[in-house]
Amino acid sequence: MTSQLAGGPLVQLTGVNKWFGELHVLQDIDLSIDRGEVVVVIGPSGSGKSTLCRTINRLETIQQGEIRIDGEKLPEEGKALARLRSDVGMVFQSFNLFAHKTILENVTLAPTKVRRQSKAQAEQRARELLDRVGVGHQADKYPAQLSGGQQQRVAIARALAMDPKVILFDEPTSALDPEMINEVLDVMTTLAREGMTMVVVTHEMGFARRAANRVVFMDGGRIVEAAEPETFFSNPRSERARDFLSKILNH
Amino acid sequence: MQFLSDNADLLWSAFLTTLSLAVVSGVCALVLGTVLAGMRVSPIAPLRGLATFYVEVFRNTPLTVVFFFLAFGIVQIDLQFPSRFITAVAALSLYTAAFVCEALRSGINAVPSGQAEAARALGLTFGQSLRQIVLPQAFRTVVPPLGNVWIALAKNTSIAAGFAVTDLTAALQRLANANADQLLAVFAAVVAGYLVITLPSAWLIRVVENRVAIVR
Repeated sequence: MTSQLAGGPLVQLTGVNKWFGELHVLQDIDLSIDRGEVVVVIGPSGSGKSTLCRTINRLETIQQGEIRIDGEKLPEEGKALARLRSDVGMVFQSFNLFAHKTILENVTLAPTKVRRQSKAQAEQRARELLDRVGVGHQADKYPAQLSGGQQQRVAIARALAMDPKVILFDEPTSALDPEMINEVLDVMTTLAREGMTMVVVTHEMGFARRAANRVVFMDGGRIVEAAEPETFFSNPRSERARDFLSKILNH
Repeated sequence: MQFLSDNADLLWSAFLTTLSLAVVSGVCALVLGTVLAGMRVSPIAPLRGLATFYVEVFRNTPLTVVFFFLAFGIVQIDLQFPSRFITAVAALSLYTAAFVCEALRSGINAVPSGQAEAARALGLTFGQSLRQIVLPQAFRTVVPPLGNVWIALAKNTSIAAGFAVTDLTAALQRLANANADQLLAVFAAVVAGYLVITLPSAWLIRVVENRVAIVR
């Protein structure tokens, strides 16, 4: 899979630093993601991988450095930030579907309120997307009536409804029962094949092998290593990555 | 009984005055309290400060003092409300809004932070995410405390009697003063008038609470 190089990288982080009080959670992060590229971020817990993911749409602020989306610097706040976020999809570990809205309303809310689409247009698109992720028949239920795997697929449909340039996945399968993980990973793998630009924080090494163009390994707030999945898994360069892989792949 | 039916007109209009004081002030307090709660969680520091100042002033000032200020104090700065009824509505609304705000703010804090994060990640502005996602869920969790605020408001309307509004309490004073032998009858009628407002409210609050409950 080759990336389309039209107009430079889609997401670019340059010299990004972030502290939580004394704790230096992101240290000199440089990362550039091309259009259509699928980047999987792995690493031990506390390595800063979720924080990194959340800085890309400024759910976490940074103290130093610069983040650009499609060439445009992330605005600090206000309407400009909201507009930029509408182009960056996000899928959370805990789904975060709107609890008081139906599945269909969850998917149509942002297209109607942010993109000003008509209700009919947004609903038609929402039903297509819900069918595509396999939960079309649940459209009139509330989130709590669905299984975790179904909720997460709705969350993916909700992100897709905004036609985002890139989707961020923050440990999308970590809160799921084991038998539901694959139904979510299947949807994500299809998206990756269709050319969606994705940043995926995950512990699913199978998904990384199958769908990633690049694996980024983080530890202690730094990017320790970045390589194609085959290279990374068969021949990691750093001692820290070898140690990490030996712990998780032997089971 | 004969005495009460002789004074039915006065009692009925007093009841209507108490009821409209409570309903009009309740609606105003709900609107103002909601705006204040939005300000208290806003990312703009001066708005937060202003709302906090408001809440602390009105929550910690006796309602009678608020009435007193609006009835007589503002004349000093050449202001006056068009009627005593409106003065009473203003005092009750300003005072009760502080309590509505605090009840609602506790509800806002109870909405999981992921809900607002998801809204912001989709590109909703702060105001949109507050109106579409956070407040609707917050209201659902604070129906019982808002019910308490409403019942307290219904009873607080009695302060208006001291400021020349002829509500139920004023009717009680007037009729009992002139007819000491009928005190118990008048008393029973007035208490019944308040109960007619507050008891169905308690029942209605329970119904609303069950209806709007969200499953998580």
